[in-house]
Amino acid sequence: MIRHEVIEKNVVLLAVLTLLTVSIGGLVQIVPLFTIETTIERVEGVRPYTPLELAGRNIYLREGCYTCHSQQIRPFRDELERYGHFSLAAESMYDRPFQWGSKRTGPDLARVGGKYSNEWQYAHLVDPRSVVPESIMPPYGFLRRPLRTDNIADHLRTLKALGVPYTDEMIANARADLATQSNADADGTAFAARYPKAVQASFDGNAGVVTEMDALIAYLQMLGTLVNFADVTPEQIRQ
Amino acid sequence: MPTKIEKDAITGKTTTGHEWDGIKELNTPLPKWWLYILYACIAWAAVWAIIYPSFPGLSGHFRGTSNWTQRQAIAEDMARARAEQAPFLDRIRAASLDEVRQNPDLLTYAMAGGRVAFADNCSACHGSGGQGARGGFPALVDDDWIWGGSLETIHSIILHGIRNTQDPDARISQMPAYGGGVLSRAQINDVAEHVLSQSGRSTDVAAAGRGAVVYAENCVACHGEKGEGVRDVGGPRLNDPIWLYGGTKAEIVAQIANPRMGVMPPWAGRLDEATMKMLAVYVHTLGGGE
Repeated sequence: MIRHEVIEKNVVLLAVLTLLTVSIGGLVQIVPLFTIETTIERVEGVRPYTPLELAGRNIYLREGCYTCHSQQIRPFRDELERYGHFSLAAESMYDRPFQWGSKRTGPDLARVGGKYSNEWQYAHLVDPRSVVPESIMPPYGFLRRPLRTDNIADHLRTLKALGVPYTDEMIANARADLATQSNADADGTAFAARYPKAVQASFDGNAGVVTEMDALIAYLQMLGTLVNFADVTPEQIRQ
Repeated sequence: MPTKIEKDAITGKTTTGHEWDGIKELNTPLPKWWLYILYACIAWAAVWAIIYPSFPGLSGHFRGTSNWTQRQAIAEDMARARAEQAPFLDRIRAASLDEVRQNPDLLTYAMAGGRVAFADNCSACHGSGGQGARGGFPALVDDDWIWGGSLETIHSIILHGIRNTQDPDARISQMPAYGGGVLSRAQINDVAEHVLSQSGRSTDVAAAGRGAVVYAENCVACHGEKGEGVRDVGGPRLNDPIWLYGGTKAEIVAQIANPRMGVMPPWAGRLDEATMKMLAVYVHTLGGGE
């Protein structure tokens, strides 16, 4: 018989042994992540979010889009046929936190970028049933209000502290880049150099004001577009 | 620790030996069948952990005796499915669009494949039955084609899309904004009346007459003399009751002053060659194929 009484009557011993027991699970799961080389695939193209996309992502989180939409295409044939290549860890390596999710009331959004036009995204967010009569998604017309942009550099700075490779140049230009991306007519040379593959457009069709709608559509339109799977070799994503 | 295990007279069971202020606890263990299933599961888990990838290590993980990976499994699954579809997909790829339509076997297959691909990719804008949606999402079930309704045209539009920034081969046309001083408010009103008159709905003959002059100067090139539309530039037909952005006078005025134009993404790259062919054939049959 194990002598429980000894442990149960000595609070220090109990605490030490409890800590030891609990940490085993954490150590076994977490420590290898720092040493295993194959945790994140070596694919090209993944970059940090542009300031406008990041603002859109924050709105995505704020509105709880993740409660109905996952962003993770699982490696099953039905999912690949419908949504495209299965999601890679590399594709969400700059997500704090990731939006994989496990519940789909609406469709998966991991590769929704470019699938529909900005005009459709706008019409659909304002009144989902105007374009998809059978939809049960709530309307988000209120996102047509101006986007708060004065604190966007702080968001980049915070993520940089968490390990996202934003450069000082990106942080210094955050607000300007945000304005550039939401204006199709602005000179986007420097912006495009900082954020390859970023789409520059007036996402909500209203060029005058940067709205929350602009930000959210910019975010949706980049989802899953960074990695060109035509260039990915099986070796790069081998586990 | 149990101190005094005794038999309970009423239930006939033994006690656990614990006693709190005179209250004793009966020893009623889990049913044996439940316990054995638990043990069996533990044993099964041990076997499972040996066969399949399980324990992490410092530089990798234990791969299991079967060397199974999910990514290998899905690659094989997809390859198997493609091999089963190959007899049809290869023929569809090799055939011209017309040949697919003429061959009953291929047509049946293309219709089924096209319907599935349409529901997933196209129905969001064009409606689940191709009925379109208000606000610039054209119906595909009628013969009112903006860019043309032949198999080849439909196929090429699916490949490259319309007015998008991703594909250099996308069809591009732009209607100028006539508001903001280009045309006066009165002129825009007159043109709107003239456009209404093309489908026999004008209520102001004088204005429509004045508008005809403005129309002839500004609109004919893309919308045709009688509003029949010009497909080469995607200028929609105006002399019918089908409207992309609404057919009331206010909506027509808004469209003249500050036009909206539809954008369709390119599907080449997102969908494979055979799927886009099947889609073209499917859309062609929806009602208005030419």
